[in-house]
Amino acid sequence: MIYLMLFLEFLKIGAFTFGGGYAAIPLIRETVLSNSWLDDSMLSDLIAVSESTPGPVMVNMATYIGSTQAGIIGAAIATLAVVLPAFIFVLLLIKILNKALNYEGFKSALGTLKPCIAGIILATGIYMAFNNIIGSVQNPAFDLKAVILTVVLAAIYFGSKKFLKKGLSPIILILISGAAGIAVKCLI
Amino acid sequence: MKIFFDLFLAFFKTGLFTFGGGYAMLPLIERICVKEKQWLTDKEMSDLPAIAESSPGPVAINCATYVGYKQKGTAGAFAATLGMVVPSFIIILVISFFLDRFLENKWVAGAFYGIKIAVGILIIDAAVKLFSKLPKNTLTITIGAVSFILMMAVNIFAIRITSIVFMLFAAAVGFIIYLVNKKRTGGNEA
Repeated sequence: MIYLMLFLEFLKIGAFTFGGGYAAIPLIRETVLSNSWLDDSMLSDLIAVSESTPGPVMVNMATYIGSTQAGIIGAAIATLAVVLPAFIFVLLLIKILNKALNYEGFKSALGTLKPCIAGIILATGIYMAFNNIIGSVQNPAFDLKAVILTVVLAAIYFGSKKFLKKGLSPIILILISGAAGIAVKCLI
Repeated sequence: MKIFFDLFLAFFKTGLFTFGGGYAMLPLIERICVKEKQWLTDKEMSDLPAIAESSPGPVAINCATYVGYKQKGTAGAFAATLGMVVPSFIIILVISFFLDRFLENKWVAGAFYGIKIAVGILIIDAAVKLFSKLPKNTLTITIGAVSFILMMAVNIFAIRITSIVFMLFAAAVGFIIYLVNKKRTGGNEA
């Protein structure tokens, strides 16, 4: 029952993501891989599309995965599910848990949850970056062009923080990397 | 009735004109909700990031629900949230119908070969930003490092365990520390 699966999986993603789009990527990756909805390469495409189209990144990803798995109804179900926990939690927070944000136990739990989330995101990012270079750990195939692109793009992106106040925006990096990809794959 | 439409429209605009998700929306939300409509006070606006960060789910949805509820209760929250979701939903739905074929084009495939690499960099950057905002002490560094190593192992060996387990465990550690501290200070006072 694909509709039920989409609903439950995205409900879980919506309920266990703190801090927005990128924090959801490890969970979305687990979900799409274990259900064979997308592979790593398609997931990267989707993240790029979600980042460079307007709106909340998680909603974009839920709509896309729902739509490709089960059409418009699937898209509506996945989107509803990813939004629902956020909606309900904020209502509860205002109505009855008004003091929750100042409750020391909650703060303390959140204080140890955040470094855990950061560690999980970092591991997922590094793993996905390595996947681009060697295919997959299980089936390695070294790609020199990808290594060079990774080094150059990382140098541009992290280097820009030194010269520009906020550094390059993600969309600019995506545009540069797209042009570099065309140059490397189609022109050279 | 007009207020519901106003809420819908305000967040429809926010959802349509901002790229990169929730945190990127805060300046536009401030302009519309504080300056133009006066739905929020400056103090309420400054609470918004903390509320979004402590609530699960998309940051943009947390903000829309909060502002909508402040204006018109649950129905207002619904109108604002719906406004936030609709532009994304329609745009991505349309894209989802042709992305596969689009990617078969040689030039597009070339572009996405580069973009995949950018995505890896952006995810690493998101994690680094998150780390840099945290207080640096033995506890946070240990939890961050252990989570990183465990998640790396899960990825490399394709272990079937969800990262939710790590998150629940980390949150439990924080809560236990709180309980222990409370007991200790309670003991001192007695």
